[in-house]
Amino acid sequence: MSAPVDIRAGAGSSLREFLHGLPGVDQVGAEARAAMLASRSIKTTAKQWALDMAISMIDLTTLEGQDTPGKVRAICAKAKRPDPADPTAPQVAAVCVYPDLAHLAAAEVRGTGIHVASVATAFPSGRTSLEVKLADAKYAIDAGADEVDMVIDRGAFLAGDYQLVYDEIAAVREVVESSATFSGSAGRAHLKVILETGELVTLDNVRRASWLAMLAGADFIKTSTGKVSPAATLPVTLVMLEAVRDFRATHGRQVGVKPAGGIRTAKDAIRYLVLVNETAGEDWLDPDWFRIGASSLLNDLLMQRTKLATGRYSGPDYFTLD
Amino acid sequence: MSDTATAPGRLAVRKTYKLYIGGAFPRSESGRSYVVTDHKGGFLANAALASRKDARDAVVAARRAFAGWSAATAYNRGQVLYRVAELLEGRRAQFIAEVRAAEGLGARQGEAVVDAAIDRWVWYAGWADKIAQVRGASNPVAGPFFNFSLPEPTGVVAVIAPEASSLLGFVSVVAPAVVTGNTVVALASERCPLPAVSLTEVLATSDVPGGVINVLTGRTAEVAPWLASHMDVNAIDLTGAPDSLADDLAVAAAENLKRVVRPAAEARAAEARAAEDWTQPPGLKRMLAYLETKTVWHPTGT
Amino acid sequence: MPKFEYAPAPESRAIVSLRESYGLFINGEFTPSADGRAFKTISPATEEVLAEVAEASPADVDRAVAAARRAYERTWSVLPARERGKYLFRIARIIQERSRELAVLESLDNGKPIRESRDVDIPLVAAHFFYHAGWADKLEYAGYGPAPKPLGVAGQVIPWNFPLLMLAWKIAPALACGNTVVLKPAETTPLTALTFAEICQQADLPPGVVNILTGAGDTGKALVTHPGIDKVAFTGSTEVGKEIARDCAPTRKKVTLELGGKAANIVFEDAPVDQAVEGIVNGIFFNQGHVCCAGSRLLVQESVYDQVLASLQRRLATLRLGDPLDKNTDVGAINSAAQLAKIRELSEVGEAEGAQRWSPPCELPVKGFWFPPTVFTGVSQAHRIAREEIFGPVLSVLTFRTPAEAVEKANNTPYGLSAGVWTDKGSRILWMAARLRAGVVWANTFNKFDPSSPFGGYKESGYGREGGRHGLEAYLDV
Repeated sequence: MSAPVDIRAGAGSSLREFLHGLPGVDQVGAEARAAMLASRSIKTTAKQWALDMAISMIDLTTLEGQDTPGKVRAICAKAKRPDPADPTAPQVAAVCVYPDLAHLAAAEVRGTGIHVASVATAFPSGRTSLEVKLADAKYAIDAGADEVDMVIDRGAFLAGDYQLVYDEIAAVREVVESSATFSGSAGRAHLKVILETGELVTLDNVRRASWLAMLAGADFIKTSTGKVSPAATLPVTLVMLEAVRDFRATHGRQVGVKPAGGIRTAKDAIRYLVLVNETAGEDWLDPDWFRIGASSLLNDLLMQRTKLATGRYSGPDYFTLD
Repeated sequence: MSDTATAPGRLAVRKTYKLYIGGAFPRSESGRSYVVTDHKGGFLANAALASRKDARDAVVAARRAFAGWSAATAYNRGQVLYRVAELLEGRRAQFIAEVRAAEGLGARQGEAVVDAAIDRWVWYAGWADKIAQVRGASNPVAGPFFNFSLPEPTGVVAVIAPEASSLLGFVSVVAPAVVTGNTVVALASERCPLPAVSLTEVLATSDVPGGVINVLTGRTAEVAPWLASHMDVNAIDLTGAPDSLADDLAVAAAENLKRVVRPAAEARAAEARAAEDWTQPPGLKRMLAYLETKTVWHPTGT
Repeated sequence: MPKFEYAPAPESRAIVSLRESYGLFINGEFTPSADGRAFKTISPATEEVLAEVAEASPADVDRAVAAARRAYERTWSVLPARERGKYLFRIARIIQERSRELAVLESLDNGKPIRESRDVDIPLVAAHFFYHAGWADKLEYAGYGPAPKPLGVAGQVIPWNFPLLMLAWKIAPALACGNTVVLKPAETTPLTALTFAEICQQADLPPGVVNILTGAGDTGKALVTHPGIDKVAFTGSTEVGKEIARDCAPTRKKVTLELGGKAANIVFEDAPVDQAVEGIVNGIFFNQGHVCCAGSRLLVQESVYDQVLASLQRRLATLRLGDPLDKNTDVGAINSAAQLAKIRELSEVGEAEGAQRWSPPCELPVKGFWFPPTVFTGVSQAHRIAREEIFGPVLSVLTFRTPAEAVEKANNTPYGLSAGVWTDKGSRILWMAARLRAGVVWANTFNKFDPSSPFGGYKESGYGREGGRHGLEAYLDV
């Protein structure tokens, strides 16, 4: 991949100049654009398509201190067959778990095409040494994850130490790429970089962090850990979609986007698909390039799907909690 | 309340009068109440007797509500206050009955007072999106700078409501504070608190966010000093306090330099202070009292 | 075939009950025109006839002005100001209650997308009445002295581009200040004005305070030249505005005019690019470019020309043109065959003059009046398409090098209604705003309106302001 400036170690100030030289984001304008796109009316056949696409883009997530093997088995079962009454409902894209449960998840979904994403690098805070973060990432890959969702060091970013953030991402990328035990379907394991946009706060920071992550080798840029509020929002995702669009235009490499956290209803999910469609474009309307990190969203998508098929509003009794 | 109109042989279901804090209707944490009588001394109701802790809780609620209320657009605040007027109008007959019972007014007087209160509320609602244009300015400073002054709400306003004018007076001291984006803790008239409490029912069913207006009922001499000395209250209207108390309250208020509003006639002037005439057009005084002015400079250049 | 094809999402027409024919609204009642003449109003998207509408004759103008005068002298100027305000609050509330119906009707009659009439036009209409309702009993604070008086009867003529909103801009302040009105809506868009008349009835507005005369140019002329009115307010073309100014010159009538424009939308190299592109699109393609303050000249700093144009072209490809009642439509129909002809003519001129013409691929419906969003590049100040108001979805792109040059080019026009400035630098925004000869300057935004924000032009874009404290002056004897 080519970079516009020399951003190897020691050239930190060029990285800063590049990032600070990116065009600013007018917050009011960005929010207005996101709101306008959220007012699109997606009905009938379009809604049907969007619901199925959204389901197929879900990273079905459980990231709780109280996760047990039982919980992980249940979520994997749901990932494979989301709707107990309707086998035509698509599978989700991935399950997303903590690294110490990744091996279990990998065993449960083996052969289904469902990816196993594991968080790593001291998720969610990212506050530990680089050595520990790299060991965490290696552990996740060795356990059978074919996707790693890492967190950036937000403290370093906000303190202006962009080079440190860059170097950490590049180091994790190397670990993820060079794992010998990778067994997934793609050529190599993939790296998602979580920006934790709720802590970055400004849209200018979201734009800069997006570019920084892509320059350092991210396969996906992801909004949030889901542990901080606000998590994913439409304006933040808008800025990230603009970034991946512009990055492909200048660097020739396509990077994916994953909003995570706070997306609860089918209506929300469809709004994100409209955002993708009219910002980055339809090349990103594919689970390989757009994911939604969620848990309860799946049932609302299934309920809406059922309503479209049967004409009746459904209720929670007809869908499994996990 | 003496029995509301009902069919002969049927017992009326009497209302319980509680405090209004944070959008909810708690009783006083002290568990106390006091007897409210009509103008002839007959029993009307037991009203909650607020304690200093209720006052403290009300200030907390008002502070919590301030960020949202002051950040709402002026248009939105105007809409919310207009809605309050709509609901007041819907309960016109009820309020006329309550005010007449409280103040001993005749039928025509009662109607006039309630109509004036509703119209007063509408008058203030219409100020929400105009006060900035009347009070703000762009200032022609002698240099390459753009300079403008903006009025902004001061924060939490404590209001000691007028003793005698139980609805019109109450509206006249509370509305100017909220239309400008402040939040309010109001202590209703000690002798005639019931119309103010019924007003809180209107507030709770309109779109006023919880905590924007909080209403306490009780003894002025007991509660007012706690509000006047409270370090998280930014302004205080001493209208309903008797002269002797008002001076002490003003001294207490000076501890954090609260903006203080005294009644129209100078308190020190006469023993029997002339009561403020609430039917007169209010002017800008009470709105301006709760507005800070912020002046901003920015250079102009390429 | 796109991957994500938005299915049709039509807003239902059922909420509107169109009458077969409408009369004039005079003295609180609907009445046929004196000579029985009528004309049809059509939907510009489908060319279907929507209704028949009365054509007001000079006799009808006499009747209406007389009704307005009676109402002024006997009722409206006698009523306490706070009661006037409460009538306006009522009207505002009813507009909110009937907002969906009004939005659908506006889109049917005008051709603009339902999303715009629903989300922009009608909410602003209600807001204008709310805002001005509050001024009725506060005029002594407006900065015009302790007791400013109304003028009397106002004759008001409005255009077809924002029919109900232009009505609100005229009627709300006029009534708040104590005047009565006779208003003529544009001949291609009378229906929301006539529904507004119904709303006046629902609000129990005293008869004669508001009168609506439907008709064409002749009716308008008869109204503004009528000796019985004290005030003329006109929004429309500069050409007609000048005629009105000439007609009123020897009279004592107070006149305000809101006319055409050829606004410069100026994009600097440090502009927030994605939002600037939205602002360019919004500036000229909102309401199909039928906007007097449209940003019809893009002035882009030469150093970022390629980047901005590329972003703009990419963005234009996502614009959805089609049925105004489809909730996903971005660009609706051109209001009339006559307007479409004008837009086509000037576009041909643009090509003939040597500018390069580009439109995103766009399927135009067979029936109705349609024009695709169009961009002309390689335009210079000397071109007709850089000087003349096209009043359609046509953008002319010019370049500049320095802020001073941008100001010079922006001001180099007989018009002066609005301008846009896109830059991240605060001092530059203020420097530009101080030098742009335009009544409205939008910085890092465009086409934003609010009842509290004064709107109006410099130079041949007219005189007088609408909205805010400043807008009251037009309707007061000060």
